[in-house]
Amino acid sequence: MLKYIVKKLFIMVITLWIIITLTFVLMVSVPGSPFNSETNSNEIVQENLEKHYNLDKPYHIQYLLYLKSIITLDFGPSIKQPNQTVNDLLGRGFPISFELGIVTIIVAVISGIILGILAALRHNGIIDYLAMGIAVLGISIPNFILATLLIQKLAVDWEIFPVATWSSPLHMVLPVLALATGPMAIIARLTRSTMLEVLTQDYIKMARAKGLTPWKIIVKHALRNALMPVITIMGTLLAGILTGSFVIEQIFAIPGMGKYFVESINHRDYPVIMGTTVFYSAFLIIMLFLVDIAYGLLDPRMKVNKKEGE
Amino acid sequence: MEKILEVKDLHVTFTTYGGTVQAVRGVDFHLNKGETLAIVGESGCGKSVSSNAIMRLIPSPPGKISKGNILFKGHDLTKLSEKRMRSIRGVDISMIFQDPMTALNPTLTIGTQLKEGLKQHRSVTDQEATRRALEMMELVGIPNPEERMKQYPHQFSGGMRQRIVIAIALICEPELLIADEPTTALDVTIQAQILELFGKIQEVTGVSIILITHDLGVVAKIADRIAVMYAGKIIETGTKREIFYDPQHPYTKGLLNSVPRLDVKEKLKPIEGTPPDLFSPPEGCPFTPRCPFAMEVCNKVYPDSSILSDSHSVNCWLQDDRAKQLLTTMVTN
Amino acid sequence: MKSNQNPQQLQNKVPDEWFTWRGKNRHEQELVSRPSLSYWKDAWRRLRKNFLAMSGLIFLILLVLMAIFGPIFSPYDVNTTDYPNQYQPPSSEHWFGTDSHGRDVFTRTWYGARISLFVGFMAALIDVTIGIIWGGFSGYKGGRTDNIMMRIIEILYGLPYLLVVILLLVVLGPSLSTIIIALTVTGWVGMARIVRGQVMQIKNYEYVLASKSFGTKTPRIIRRNLLPNTMGPIIVQMTLTVPSAIFAEAFLSFIGLGIQAPYASWGVMANDSLGAILSGNWWTLFFPAFFISFTMFAFNVLGDGLQDALDPKLRK
Repeated sequence: MLKYIVKKLFIMVITLWIIITLTFVLMVSVPGSPFNSETNSNEIVQENLEKHYNLDKPYHIQYLLYLKSIITLDFGPSIKQPNQTVNDLLGRGFPISFELGIVTIIVAVISGIILGILAALRHNGIIDYLAMGIAVLGISIPNFILATLLIQKLAVDWEIFPVATWSSPLHMVLPVLALATGPMAIIARLTRSTMLEVLTQDYIKMARAKGLTPWKIIVKHALRNALMPVITIMGTLLAGILTGSFVIEQIFAIPGMGKYFVESINHRDYPVIMGTTVFYSAFLIIMLFLVDIAYGLLDPRMKVNKKEGE
Repeated sequence: MEKILEVKDLHVTFTTYGGTVQAVRGVDFHLNKGETLAIVGESGCGKSVSSNAIMRLIPSPPGKISKGNILFKGHDLTKLSEKRMRSIRGVDISMIFQDPMTALNPTLTIGTQLKEGLKQHRSVTDQEATRRALEMMELVGIPNPEERMKQYPHQFSGGMRQRIVIAIALICEPELLIADEPTTALDVTIQAQILELFGKIQEVTGVSIILITHDLGVVAKIADRIAVMYAGKIIETGTKREIFYDPQHPYTKGLLNSVPRLDVKEKLKPIEGTPPDLFSPPEGCPFTPRCPFAMEVCNKVYPDSSILSDSHSVNCWLQDDRAKQLLTTMVTN
Repeated sequence: MKSNQNPQQLQNKVPDEWFTWRGKNRHEQELVSRPSLSYWKDAWRRLRKNFLAMSGLIFLILLVLMAIFGPIFSPYDVNTTDYPNQYQPPSSEHWFGTDSHGRDVFTRTWYGARISLFVGFMAALIDVTIGIIWGGFSGYKGGRTDNIMMRIIEILYGLPYLLVVILLLVVLGPSLSTIIIALTVTGWVGMARIVRGQVMQIKNYEYVLASKSFGTKTPRIIRRNLLPNTMGPIIVQMTLTVPSAIFAEAFLSFIGLGIQAPYASWGVMANDSLGAILSGNWWTLFFPAFFISFTMFAFNVLGDGLQDALDPKLRK
């Protein structure tokens, strides 16, 4: 298990290093300099940038200094908002985005698992078809379209929920709904298919032969095994929710990090793009690592088997 | 002798997209207290389905016990509610599965899996359950049981897992044990050990055993009586001695001839062909196309059983006098 | 026991003349068994029975046809603006209405289909090509080569897909080709994993070992034995790659990194009309949104159907 963790940790560090290097290489290779285009006229900004990115120094020194600033979590100044640093934006936007993300993932996981189990237990029944119908629709409708529909119907036409800004739990309902539907659908489908497979396993038959109640069989024997694959896709789902939040925050005018990020893309505010990308990548890569560890802890076979299941 | 189990005219069908499969087509047998009955046949002949039917573990849908009775100590299991049936499973009747590698839940400790049946059916404390589990592990021959209880299935070898499966099956002291190909998935040396274990537990607990197998070697070792199944029907049944030394049905003879023996120098004679498709089972004897003694009648009508002794009976037209005449003319020609 | 009759003569009603030898009639048994179908024929037979998957397939075929021939049915040009006629609701003149620039939505929808489908299919094709080569080689070689190649995949897999795509497009600038490149830079990893897994599994089968022992050359083994057997999962994976690329392109349009004018993908069309829907001009959003969703839906149900149909375990 320790070897497994060390290995995953190693891969995590390499991945992080690649993404940091990639941002650097890409920024350096932007035609002209990303920092002195006509978009930024402010001289103070220009100075700040040159100081932060050491543009007067050779590339390899620039690179090392860039690595150092990233490691010390200093993402530099913004071009568009002269008195703001990327850290200021992250500090303001990330808590809101994080809140949205956490609520979304909780909603998606719980509803997805319940839907998947119901579908599996009523295999080929009405509930199964209904749940899988919802799931396929959830996967098929892009979140931005769903968001627009929700605003149009529930907020504008029927005025049930408020939209725009992030001020009360009621404001959360629509964005969370728009963001959670896709992951929920994926979890539901995965839970259903693994559950169906697990239910045909001999140890389930054995549990039935022991005379256990259906409830015990499902909760104790089937669910745990059926949920293992769900854990493995959590990293991917998190990434999906995170990128989804870029669009959702934009549509619902939520002042989160995603909104700033999209604005920075539209304004070609390179330091913000770089800083946010690195920050989000690090966040996701660390999450992926934690998911791997959690999987290792939950699967008893991993505890002893030193060899990789790959 | 007291009959612990009596199966009467059991029919099991499976409805699939391709049509209805008649997996078991009128099976009769009984089991006396404390004896071992072996149900023998090729794969797909319905022997596993029959045993699952006794436990009422046929997946439904698509499976269904469409006809017949299963009398366990006089109670008809086919008529019991699912809830009532649960209180019988694992307590009065237990089951052992073919592949010990998949029969244990990989995410739960051996101890948990051993104890949970006991905890389900008897009001015991955890200590009592643990004590009982340790007893069972000792009975089935697991060294260091205390340590082993905390381990997971993947830390056990195939033979050890099968011992655990047997211990799980026996923990509530059932009166009937159904073993579905319990040694098929194991190495030959381990097979012998497991078979010996069956003998031992029968001696200790007095449990009655139904042994499902296609391996006549296993049968020779531990069975008292044998029922030979073919295409969803029992075609011959008798004591071990009767079946091995006086087989009547051409299929039984064929089965015996296809087992390698050290004491006979004859060549092995496999039974040619494959069993019939049970989507549309033949009206007559299903063995007809493969039978070296097939007559016109065999293809048209299924023979009733002929009783040869108290324990020996066979369903074959060759038992009819008219067939015997035909046989003599063939020999004289 | 059932029979109480005279055991010497079972069932008296059976006529005596039936007691004659049948002789060898074993061939009749062969007649009973169903005709054997090839793997693909069998899969197609099962797919055909799947109503949803077939609906998806038919929808996609129609969509491709309309993307090719649709604009022919329309007298309007894709990009010609006609401000006096902006926001016309669907009518016999403009079947899908007109947008904020007075452009015909019907015409634009099929042009959008060309772009979106092109992006989807190209991305899938490139993914498959790289994935098969990488995964096939890695799985076939095994050992150290495989180990190194898999570590690379593992690292690439850890990179957040869309963030890398965004980063690339910010630098390269969004265009049809750069979007496809960006989508495939790390996109092939999933396909490579699947191919490798399949190859690893199949290469140890007896028939492959047998042909190896005859001295058959590696490329030939890959072509003759491995590829046909890995096709199923690859096709299924492709039905997932195409819609996810279409979705990714639409997503990129939303954050300002979509295909630039004069081209218009569905994503761009939907993004342009987000504001319009609030002012009641629902059709400008509805048609692109409907086609994005329905295309994804069609691919998803087709993928599910193919998965079931191609799974050899479900044969019979």
